[in-house]
Amino acid sequence: MADNSHGSPDTSVTVATPGQGGVDTFTNPGLPPHRPRLADTDPRAEKRAERQVALLFFISVLGTLLFFFAYFFIPLNDTIEQLRLQNLALGLGTAFAMLGIGVGIVHWAKTLMPDHELTEERHAVTDEKDRAEAEQIVGTILDESGIKRRPLIRNTLIGAALLAPLPAIAIFRDLGPLPGDALKHTFWDAGMRLTRDPSGTPIKASDVTVGSAFHVIPEGLNEAENKLEEKAKAVVLLMRLDPESLNPSEGREDWGYDGIVAYSKICTHVGCPVALYEQQTHHLLCPCHQSTFDLEQECKVIFGPAARPLPQLPIDVDDEGYLIARSDFQEPVGPSFWERG
Amino acid sequence: MKALSQRRRHPLAAIALLLMALLMVGGIYSAASSANQAQAQTESFSANDAEEGEKLFAANCASCHGLGASGSSAGPSLVGVGAASVDFQVGSGRMPLQMDGPQAQVKPVQFTEEQTRQLAAYVATLGAGPAIPDEEILDASEGDPANGGELFRVNCAMCHNAAAAGGALTRGKFAPSLEGSSEKHIYEAMVTGPQNMPVFNDANISPEDKRDVIAFLKTIEEQGSPGGADLGSLGPVSEGLFIWVAGLGVVIAFTVWLTSRSS
Amino acid sequence: MSSSTAINAYQPKTRVGRVTNFVDSRVGGSGMVKEFGRKIFPDHWTFMFGEVALYTFVILLISGTFLTFFFDPSMAETHYDGSYLPLRGVEMSVAYASSLDISFDVRGGLFMRQVHHWSALLFVAANAVHMLRVFFTGAFRRPRELNWVVGTTLLIMGLAAGFTGYSLPDDLLSGNGLRIIDGVVKSIPVVGTYISFFLFGGEFPGTAIIGRLYVLHILLIPAVILLLIGMHLFMVVIHKHTQYPGPGRTNTNVVGYPVGPVYAAKAGGFFFIVFGIVAAISAAFTINPIWNYGPYDPSPVSAGTQPDWYIGWVDGALRLMPGTVGNWDFEWNIPFPWGVNTLSLNVLFPALVPAGIVFTLMLAWPWIESWVTKDKREHHLLDRPRNAPTRTGVGVAGVVFYCVMWAAASSDLIATHFLVSLNDVTYWLRILVVVGPIIGFMIARRVALALQRKDREIALHGRETGRIVRLPHGEFIEVHEPVDEYKRYQLVSFESPQVYAPVADANGHVSRSEKLRSRASRFFFEDRVAPVTPSELTAAHSGHHGEIAGAQDRESIASH
Repeated sequence: MADNSHGSPDTSVTVATPGQGGVDTFTNPGLPPHRPRLADTDPRAEKRAERQVALLFFISVLGTLLFFFAYFFIPLNDTIEQLRLQNLALGLGTAFAMLGIGVGIVHWAKTLMPDHELTEERHAVTDEKDRAEAEQIVGTILDESGIKRRPLIRNTLIGAALLAPLPAIAIFRDLGPLPGDALKHTFWDAGMRLTRDPSGTPIKASDVTVGSAFHVIPEGLNEAENKLEEKAKAVVLLMRLDPESLNPSEGREDWGYDGIVAYSKICTHVGCPVALYEQQTHHLLCPCHQSTFDLEQECKVIFGPAARPLPQLPIDVDDEGYLIARSDFQEPVGPSFWERG
Repeated sequence: MKALSQRRRHPLAAIALLLMALLMVGGIYSAASSANQAQAQTESFSANDAEEGEKLFAANCASCHGLGASGSSAGPSLVGVGAASVDFQVGSGRMPLQMDGPQAQVKPVQFTEEQTRQLAAYVATLGAGPAIPDEEILDASEGDPANGGELFRVNCAMCHNAAAAGGALTRGKFAPSLEGSSEKHIYEAMVTGPQNMPVFNDANISPEDKRDVIAFLKTIEEQGSPGGADLGSLGPVSEGLFIWVAGLGVVIAFTVWLTSRSS
Repeated sequence: MSSSTAINAYQPKTRVGRVTNFVDSRVGGSGMVKEFGRKIFPDHWTFMFGEVALYTFVILLISGTFLTFFFDPSMAETHYDGSYLPLRGVEMSVAYASSLDISFDVRGGLFMRQVHHWSALLFVAANAVHMLRVFFTGAFRRPRELNWVVGTTLLIMGLAAGFTGYSLPDDLLSGNGLRIIDGVVKSIPVVGTYISFFLFGGEFPGTAIIGRLYVLHILLIPAVILLLIGMHLFMVVIHKHTQYPGPGRTNTNVVGYPVGPVYAAKAGGFFFIVFGIVAAISAAFTINPIWNYGPYDPSPVSAGTQPDWYIGWVDGALRLMPGTVGNWDFEWNIPFPWGVNTLSLNVLFPALVPAGIVFTLMLAWPWIESWVTKDKREHHLLDRPRNAPTRTGVGVAGVVFYCVMWAAASSDLIATHFLVSLNDVTYWLRILVVVGPIIGFMIARRVALALQRKDREIALHGRETGRIVRLPHGEFIEVHEPVDEYKRYQLVSFESPQVYAPVADANGHVSRSEKLRSRASRFFFEDRVAPVTPSELTAAHSGHHGEIAGAQDRESIASH
C-alpha cells in the first residue's frame, strides 16, 4: 500500500514538472453517451409517469379545496386552538396546492420532456469592432458638443450640477427638531415622588424591603404629553440593600436612603433597559448585550460592552414617608453621544 | 434490492417523505401542551407539624443551614424566611441542594408533601416570614391576564423572557422557564425571592396583581402558540437556525432532486 | 387589403402561429422568442439558490401586498379591543394593534404574516448561499465582476428590507431593536445626535419612525431591489450561465437544457415548490409571535432580545466588544477648544468595523484576486472549490467569522441551553472571533489540498475497490478500478496557477507593487497540487509493479 504514494503530488516534484500550458494536457473527450431513461424505452413507464404527473396536479386541486374549507368552515371563535387549526389547514392547503403543481411540472419535465443535453456556443459580449466604433461615436459626440474646447461651460456646468442636489438634502431638515439639550435632562425634578411602573402609585420607603426591586417612573409621567419619550429617559430601578454593602463615594453619601438606591434603567451602552437585578450578588445585567453593573461600586461596569456606570438618581423621603427625588440625574442618562461631554 | 432502491429514488417518495416529516413535526409540536393541576392545600400548621419538621430539619438540612437554622458557611440562616420559602425550595425540588453550583437546580422532589409541610411549619416558627399562599389567591381563573401581562413584562420578562421561556444571568446563573411551574410556586417565588430573584413583596405587587400575573402565565401556557410550534419561544435565534437547517435543508433536497436525471 | 398583405406577407398556418403573428406584428417579440426560446441553461443543484432568492422575493411581494391592506403604520395610542385575551384593554400603538388584528381577526392574516416573515428569512439565506456558491466556484471572475457587485448590493438591500420590516409591528422586541439602533446612531461622531433626532422626528421613540420605516420598507427598498434584480438577470442573460468543468464542457460553450420546454418547466415548477415549502413551514411553525412580546414601552425588555439572523452578527459584535480593558476605556472624552466631546468607540467600532470589513472585502474580491493572479481572461468554467484552496480558505474564514458573531448574539441562549456561564461564553467567543477564522482558513485550505491529492490518486490509479487479491506470484494487492475517461477528465481539467515571480521593468528595477504581488501570489499558490498530465498517467500505468491492477492482473484475477 505504501506504493500508493508513488507519483503522488509531492509539491516540489509537481512544481518542477508542471503540466500546464496546453502541451501535456488531456483532451476533452466530449459529452458522455446519453443514457436513456425508463420512460424513453418502456411505454408502460411513460404511461405511469404521465399518470403520476396528473395525480400530482390532482393533489394540488385537493390542497386548494382544503384551503377553501379551512377559510370558510373553521370559524375563529376567539380561541387560540381554533386559530391554530385554521392556520395549519390554510397553510397545508396552500402547501399542497403549490407543491402539487410544482412537483408535478418538474416530474413531467424530468421524465417526459427530452433529456438530451444540448450545446450552445458562447459569443463575446461585444466584438472589438463595435467597441472601436462606439468609442469613435462618443468621441464625435464630445467633439460636437464642444465640451472639451470650452472649459468655461464645462466648469460652470460641473459647479451647477454639484450644487443643484443640495436642496434635495436640505429639504429633509424638518424631519426632526434639533437636539438642543433634550438629552441632558429628564422628567425628574426635586421633590418628585417615585412611583410604580406602570400604575404610577407612590412608593413608601418602608415598602422597599431588603432584596426587593421596584421598577419606577416619576410621578405624573403617565399624564405627560410625551409620555414614551420621557419614559425612555426617566425609568429607574429601585433596590434596597444592606446599607453596609453600599460604598458611596464622596459627595454621594446622601443620594440613597437607608440602603435604598435608585439607578437609571437605561443602559449606558446602547440604551436597553438594564432591568435584571441579582439580589444576592447585587449585580445589574443588561439582557441585550450583557453589560454588568455592580451596585456595591455605584454601578461600575464589571463586564460587557458598556463603558460608563449607570447614573444614580439622588433620593430622599418626604414627610409622609414616600420616596422622592432630590433632583434630576446629575449627568445625561443612556447611551453616549457626541455632545455629551 | 433493485426495486427498493428504485422506489426510494422515486421522486414522489422524496416529496411524500418530506411532507410527512413536516406534518409530523408540526403536529407533534402543535399538540404538545402540558396541562397543569393546581395543588390544593390549606395551610394551618399544628404544633405536631413543627415538631416533626424540626426532626426532619436536623436530619436533612442542618448540616448546611446549621442547628436551629441559624446558618453556617455552607448555607444561609433560615430565620425569618417564612414557610413560603421552604415550600418553594423543597417543594420544587431545589432543596436539599444536590451540589454546589451557581444556583440550586430543579430536580425530583425529595420529600413528600406532608414532610414539606412539616419542614415549612418548623421554619415558620423560627421567625415571621411570608406564609404559604391561600388557595383563593392562586385561582388563575379569577385573575386578569391582560393586567398580569403588563406587570409580567415590566417586572419579570427581562429575566424570564416575555413568553416565560427563561433567560441567562451572570456567571452560570439563570432565570428558569416558568412552563409547568405551579401557581403556588410562582406566587411563593415572587414573595420570597429565591436565589438571585428580587423579592416582590405585597407593597410592590399586591396579592391580586400577583394572581393576575399567574393568570397571564397560565393563559399563555394553556393556549399555546396560535401559529403552530413555538420553537421554544426563544425568538429570532431559533427562527434563524430553523430556516437555515430545516428550511434550506428541504429546499436543497428539492434542488438535488430537480437537477438529478430521472432513472 | 392588398397593401396590408404586402406589409404582412407571412401567413400563419397553425393556431399558435396566428396568435404569434397577432402579437408579433403589433409589439414584436419573435426576436425574443428566437433569442430565448431555446437558450441553453446548465443544470446543477447549486445553481438553484439564486432562483430561490428570486422566488421568495416574489412571495414577499404577494404576501406583503396582502399585509399592507390591513396594516396601519400609525404610532397613535389606542387600547386594544381585539380577540387576543391577554392583551385586551392594554394601551398600545395603532401599528401594533393592527398587527394583532392581522394575526387574530383577519382570516388567513396570521398565515400571511408567517409566510411573509419566513420567506424573508429564507430570502436572505438564499441570497447568502447563492453568493457563497458564486464565491467558492469563482463565478465572480471576468466578465461577471459587475454582477457580483450588483449581487452584493442586493444582499445589503435585503438586510435593509429585513430590518425595516422587523421594526414595523412596534412590539417590544422590535422596539428594543430600534432603541439599539438609536444608541448606535448616537455614537456617530459629530452628526450622530442630529441623525437620531431626524430619524425619529425628535427624541426616541417619537411618533414618526414606524411610518418612515414603512415607506422605506414597502416602497423605496423593494423598488431598488426590483431594479437591481432586473440588472442582475439582464447580465446573466448577456454573460450566459457559468458551468462546472467536465467532459463536453469548455470555456466557449454552454451545455445544458433549452429554456423551452425543460428549463422553463423546471424553473417554473420550482417557484411553486418554494412557495409550497414556505407555506408548509408557515402552517406549522410560529414566527415572530408579537403577541408574546407586548406593545413597545421603553421600560420593559425581554430576556433573549435578538435581531433576525442576518442582522444578528452586528448585534453579536456589539456584545463581544469590551467597554473597558484593564484601565483602558473605549469611551473617550476628547477636550476641544469649544468643549469636551464624547467618542464612544465601544459602540462605534463593533457596529461599523466587522460589517465594513466583510462588505469591503466582498466587493473588492474579484479585483483582489485578478490582481494577484494577473488573470484577466474570461472565465465561464467554474472552479471546483478544492481546486482553488486559498480562495476556499478565505471563504470559510468569512463564514466562521460570521458564525462566531451570530453565536455571540445568542450568547445568553448558549449559556442557558448548555448550562455554561454567560461570561465564559463571551470570553471564549472573543477569542474565537479572532482565532476562529484563521483556524477555519487553515483547515479549509488543507482539506482542499488533500481532496486534490485524492483526485490525483483516483485519476492516476483508479478507485479503491476494497478488494485485496493475491496475485499468482504471491503478492497481495488491492484492486483499483480505473476511472473512465469522462470521469478522469473531470478530475484533471483544472488550472493550478504557480507562484508568480516578480518581473523587473526596463531598468531592471523590481517595483514595490510587483514584490507585493509576488508575496501575495506565494500566499495563494505556494502549496499547490498540479493536475495529472497524460504523460504522468502513462508513467503510472506502465509502473514497475502493480499498485493498480492492470488489465493483465485483472484478467488473471478473473480467471481464478
